[in-house]
Amino acid sequence: MKKIGVFVCWCGSNIAGSVDVDQAVAGALKLDGVTHAEHYVYMCSDPGQQKIKDAIAEKKLDGVVVACCSPRMHENTFRKAAGSVGLNPYLLEIANIREQCSWVHPDNKPAATAKAISIIEGTLDKVSQNLPLETITINLTKRVCVVGGGIAGIMAALDLADAGYDVIIIEREPAIGGHTAQISTTFPYFQEISELLDKKRAQVHEHPHITVYLSSEVEALEGYVGNFKVTIRTQPRFVDHANCTNCGKCLDVCPVLVPDEFNRGLTRRGAVFRLNRDDERQLPVIGRRDCLHFNEGTKDGCGLCADVCPEAAIDLGAISSTQEESVGAVVMATGYDLYSPANLPEYGGGKIPDVVDAMAFERMLDPKGPTGGKILRPSDGEVPKSVVFIQCAGSRDPERHKAYCSRACCMYTAKQARLYRQQVEDGTAYISYMDIRSDSRDFEEFVQKGMEEEHLLYIRGRVAKVFEEGDLLKVLTADTLSGHALEIEADLVVLALAMEPASGIHDLVKKMNVTVDGDGFLTEAHIKLYPVESSTKGVFLAGCAQSPKDITDTVSQALATAGKIQTMFANETLIADPLIAEVQTDICSGCGICIETCPYGARVMNEYTGISVVNQAVCQGCGACVAACPNKACELINSTTKQLFRVIDDFARRA
Amino acid sequence: MSETFSYYPGCTSHSTAVEYIDSCGEVLSALGIETKELPDWCCCGAASAHNLSRTLALGLSAFNIREAQREKADLLIPCAGCYNNLSRADNALRHDPEMRAHLEKALGFSYTGEIRMLSIVDLLAREELRPAIRARIQKPLTGLKVVCYYGCMLVRPAGITGIDDPENPVRLDTIMADLGAQVIDWSCKTDCCGGDLGMSHGKKTKELVNGIVDYAVAAGADCLVTSCALCQMNVDSRQNRIPIVFFTEMMAEAFQIGNRKRWWKKHINNPAHLFKDR
Repeated sequence: MKKIGVFVCWCGSNIAGSVDVDQAVAGALKLDGVTHAEHYVYMCSDPGQQKIKDAIAEKKLDGVVVACCSPRMHENTFRKAAGSVGLNPYLLEIANIREQCSWVHPDNKPAATAKAISIIEGTLDKVSQNLPLETITINLTKRVCVVGGGIAGIMAALDLADAGYDVIIIEREPAIGGHTAQISTTFPYFQEISELLDKKRAQVHEHPHITVYLSSEVEALEGYVGNFKVTIRTQPRFVDHANCTNCGKCLDVCPVLVPDEFNRGLTRRGAVFRLNRDDERQLPVIGRRDCLHFNEGTKDGCGLCADVCPEAAIDLGAISSTQEESVGAVVMATGYDLYSPANLPEYGGGKIPDVVDAMAFERMLDPKGPTGGKILRPSDGEVPKSVVFIQCAGSRDPERHKAYCSRACCMYTAKQARLYRQQVEDGTAYISYMDIRSDSRDFEEFVQKGMEEEHLLYIRGRVAKVFEEGDLLKVLTADTLSGHALEIEADLVVLALAMEPASGIHDLVKKMNVTVDGDGFLTEAHIKLYPVESSTKGVFLAGCAQSPKDITDTVSQALATAGKIQTMFANETLIADPLIAEVQTDICSGCGICIETCPYGARVMNEYTGISVVNQAVCQGCGACVAACPNKACELINSTTKQLFRVIDDFARRA
Repeated sequence: MSETFSYYPGCTSHSTAVEYIDSCGEVLSALGIETKELPDWCCCGAASAHNLSRTLALGLSAFNIREAQREKADLLIPCAGCYNNLSRADNALRHDPEMRAHLEKALGFSYTGEIRMLSIVDLLAREELRPAIRARIQKPLTGLKVVCYYGCMLVRPAGITGIDDPENPVRLDTIMADLGAQVIDWSCKTDCCGGDLGMSHGKKTKELVNGIVDYAVAAGADCLVTSCALCQMNVDSRQNRIPIVFFTEMMAEAFQIGNRKRWWKKHINNPAHLFKDR
């Protein structure tokens, strides 16, 4: 017979108010195997824990039941205490007599007391059959894979690399920098982006601990926390950058002209191009999709760039390649795309040339951009004298577009309008807004200054439509503060489009086994307490992949992610809870239902024995496989079917 | 088409929009779509009932839904206003248990939700009908420049009307293009013509109508094409620059069916000249 101790907590009056703790102790002492029982006002306090430790030591207890609050609160506390005096922590169990008893029966002390004793008895039965367990140790590869080379990926990678860990960055574009590279200046201090980004990009490329895979995507992710294997597919650039002298001859001969994505269609580029056309330091690459050489009709017909290249650096026969990297953690920093303007036909999105999106406007503001920093109408190159900025274009519209707020637009619109007014002194800037969300340091002041000193005209309301009339654009809206309908004549309209997850996110999350919300943004494990952890252990989040953010918040989150990974890497191995599923190999028929059921991908089929195996590092002990197994071959350690049935028997007998 | 619909003509079919209902009937039978008029339909509440009482407005339409439910056939509705009212009532019966219980008790029936409200535009714009429509064309509307005008009732609120796109609906445009007309894209498709204000604020209505007509003329249209009886009457009667024609009249013209001469005379801005020398 095991010697078990029962400790009843008053929790002040939380438990003692409706459960008679004297009677509970007396009741417990009558139960089989109980050699010690006592109560105390706060078991979780130091003196309370000491009582448990003393009893274990003096009475040589080999099992403990603490009747108190939910195991979520203090299971860990008491198990640590028991462990410190030599009792295996997994031989201590919590009988929850607060949330499940005293709190829900405040007015019936005898019944609540009887129920508490019943709960104690059930727990006692369970603990008497518990096995002593040891924690599981897992190998830890201290390397990190960052998916996405925007500002989030760059900052997380630099922080981790500075800490001495090897980092690989996978970026699908031919250069790192992401959307940040398209932006001209930051708010609220009008700092030029290139000042910030160029330095960080150079640090990435020079860092001995960072490897960058450009034009590359994740093809597959296998393994689990501490032990991931990433397969990376790199698309050919067709230009050998080792030999390219960046003379630009290929750029001149390419017969293709397509809208340049980097400049949001303000300019055109060839099939061979620099990602940022205006950054002459960037080496050219060839886009397969646009190149005539790969086009059906003219297949193999064109090779002008290869012919003209003096260094023979162009190889149109190059093929994609794959590479494998072993890492212990993954950062998802896949960023965002802007909602397509074609979704807003009532604003002339995608139809009227002088209706541009905010990113195109950023390109105009960039001194190294297509207009040399001058704000000009795309249709005729004239300086616009009246500009209407439309905020929430596609955001905060649950019926037709995105229900969420895209968060950065209020501020960047204020920035863009102020820069416009600084550049065009006799120009008028109208801003159509729903609410002005300027909720960070110096943000509100930034907006106020725009209103007061640069005379930005904020109009509260939603624009009904934008249409062309002669050379002008007409913007129909309402000022909902004065209750008047307005018709504004504009030379240029700028849409602050909603941010949405980067294209291809749904395919990627399947590979990475992480969850997304209804809009496709990656979801965190807990919005308050685990904000940068994904639903899969070892996969972390940074930046707009999780939700729309400005640069400040993106960088904060990226650094938090880097910090979390460094905490993980501070240990030599990973430690996991042993309360997980196990397979009774003599009963398992290898049907594989558990493999489909497991939400964590912790179940795999042993291809030699034909029996399902539990990956101890990945299993979270949720019990889904136990419920699904048709043969009852799966059990949760220390919560076996037999144990749980005995607990139910105890309740049923007393009830 | 093998489907049979129950049919709700609405009050304007006996008054200001005879040409609409007549042309609807001609087009439906030309396309072999069978309809059966509800034996005991009543007014849907039009623009007046909901100003007095929501229950009254929903109740009048619920009465008609009850009748259609007895016929066990989806209810086809030509008038945009009626369609809007009936859809609102159907929506309330479907999603508002309290209102549903109230209406069921008042009207002595049990709502099953099996039948659907169907606007004639949605029916005739169905993809599977397009070949039949093209096959019926005797005289395509080639060379005729039209702008399609949807107004409010077919469009808003989008969750209830089930419009294809509340900011840029295209179903009428598709039908007109199939008939051979040159459809011009313009920006007043879903603007309000002020129909409801016609009696109380005639000046405002005239302003709204002329705003729409200004843009139709500027777009180079020969006529406006609509499916709303109130819009048609309102826009037709408050200006003398451009005809406004029901889309089913246009279909009948292309099919060369029906007593079109009689219909044209019902218009204040007679559209007959549009069809003469083509």
